[in-house]
Amino acid sequence: MASRRAVVIVAWAWPALSLIALLAAIVAAAALWGGSITDRVVTDALVKIVIVVGLYIFIGNSGVMSFGSIAFMAIGAYAAAWQTCCPRLKPINMSGLPDFLRLNTVDLLPAALSSVTFATVLAAIIGFPIMRLSGLAASIATFAVLAVVNVIYGNWDRVTLGTNSVVGIPRYVDMWIALGCAALAIVAAYLYQRSPSGRRLRAASQDEVAAKAAGIDVPRERLIAWTLSAAFVGLGGVLYAHNIGVITINNFYLDMTFITLAMLVIGGLRSLSGAVLGVVVLATAQELLRQVELGFTVGGIAIKSPPGVQEVVIGVAMVAILVLRPAGLTGGREFRWPLGPRDGEKGRVRSRLH
Amino acid sequence: MTLILQNLIDAIALGSLYALTALGVGLLFGVMRLINFAHANFITIGAYSLIVPSTNAIATLAIGSWHWAAMTTAVVAIVMVLAVATELIVFRPLRRADPATLLVGSFALAYALQYVILLVYDGRPKAVDIGSSLTEPFLIGALRIPRLEVLTIAVTVALIVALALFLKRTRYGIQIRAAAEDFRMARLLGVSADRVIAIAFALSGLLAAAVSLLFLSRTGMVAPRMGLPLVLIAFVATVIGGMGSLVGAAVGGFTVGFVSVVLQVILPLELRQFRDGFVYLLVIAVLLWRPAGLIQVRAIKERV
Repeated sequence: MASRRAVVIVAWAWPALSLIALLAAIVAAAALWGGSITDRVVTDALVKIVIVVGLYIFIGNSGVMSFGSIAFMAIGAYAAAWQTCCPRLKPINMSGLPDFLRLNTVDLLPAALSSVTFATVLAAIIGFPIMRLSGLAASIATFAVLAVVNVIYGNWDRVTLGTNSVVGIPRYVDMWIALGCAALAIVAAYLYQRSPSGRRLRAASQDEVAAKAAGIDVPRERLIAWTLSAAFVGLGGVLYAHNIGVITINNFYLDMTFITLAMLVIGGLRSLSGAVLGVVVLATAQELLRQVELGFTVGGIAIKSPPGVQEVVIGVAMVAILVLRPAGLTGGREFRWPLGPRDGEKGRVRSRLH
Repeated sequence: MTLILQNLIDAIALGSLYALTALGVGLLFGVMRLINFAHANFITIGAYSLIVPSTNAIATLAIGSWHWAAMTTAVVAIVMVLAVATELIVFRPLRRADPATLLVGSFALAYALQYVILLVYDGRPKAVDIGSSLTEPFLIGALRIPRLEVLTIAVTVALIVALALFLKRTRYGIQIRAAAEDFRMARLLGVSADRVIAIAFALSGLLAAAVSLLFLSRTGMVAPRMGLPLVLIAFVATVIGGMGSLVGAAVGGFTVGFVSVVLQVILPLELRQFRDGFVYLLVIAVLLWRPAGLIQVRAIKERV
């Protein structure tokens, strides 16, 4: 009986477990056979997975588009930079920081945790009014959040160096740390979407009016998802800062918003598997296109595309996916346990975004 | 007193640009629930169409050197064709998709178009001088009114009146309004969906072309992202005004322009650079007070 119970649990957790296993396999392969370039590509992609899974927690479950979540990536990244970067330079060039930040360097782990907390708390406060709006108005309002953060961080020279780069952030994020964080994001997203709150939110995204009639407090459920989502997007920002070592506010604006949304949409924004697969597929495509931009030779003929082609191709691919396969590559499904008893979920409710 | 009048005229001129952009965005939203990011590219491409395509740092005028009437006609034609083309290629296949998918689709289109501009023209901003004769101000007493501001306001008033007459008096205008009210019902009554949407895109292109010429005369620079701030403000304006209402879009545009200028004047110097941040915060505040915007539209509310 005990083994049967174990099978049931594994089957229940399979969508999350299979994704983590997939990522672990990729990392193991990169560690065994890859060089420094593969290392970098895989680490970048894993950081993106943390961010895109973060986006998915809100967008995928609520059905409300958010164009503002990347703001929390910026907030997390800058908070980490304030705490850990450049002890010599900081007191001079970030003279507007409060003394406890300006004169101290915080250890890496507490810095990361407090940065994520900071982003999360801000998200909860900002989200409180926005989550009361109707879907499309909320989307636009999240945009306003992104714009506000961009204006503030882009002009607050004494604290953020304005649009200049903050350099000298310790680089400690490697593949394994990124993998751990990606796994954490996947587990959290899966537990959330299977929790009562997650299910209520999913119900509301299918039919808001009916959900309200059934007593679901839609703004409350949205706020929960929004805050949890911002925590992981913020974590993504922290990882980004400690992976690249250099940040500027314009890294966290529309291009980042677009690329992360593209990953989510191409994978399929109604499923966790979609979020993860989207990153894997698009990051691979981006890397290939980047190689083409750098130039390569086929049979003695040099092929090289001008910079910008990569972005055009990805934009066009995204439009094509929306037209041909609007539910994304996964069609909104999770990976299912292939053998034996399945969990209670019967059939798949056709998901539709409102 | 002079100062107040001066600022008031600035506010109306800025509000005019925002209102024209918001109308272009609002028109498509009304008819097909599309929030069109690519409107920014319509404006940008309108401006770039004046110069010879090349990646050189110095721009050579092409259409930009023509007589103003020919230039305006050409730019309007180019942007209208572009707008209708995006409808045919991208938005027609997506027509049955829900608003969120449409939104993402337009985001993707905008991203691709922006990088096409970057490929063809290079990313650096270029000086393009088409409005230098317009900087000369009219002097009325102590009041200095730049001709460009007068022109901006006049063009805006003319376009809004023309748009209102078109929507109220002509057959196609009435069809557009009917479609905005209830698309399915309009189709059942014999309104051609393809035609209504194509006309809405053409009109939106026309408005974008007007904005791109007026805005370019103001800034004297073309850049691949030049249309974006305007369109972001326009989104905000349509939300403040009440999504789905054209009057709301215009009112929202003027309101945002007005608020921007007021903030510019009253904010202390060290906070002035955060002006746009305050504008966006104000938007969120308005939405708290009136979640459906200043002018509420019945058709937008989900019916059961």
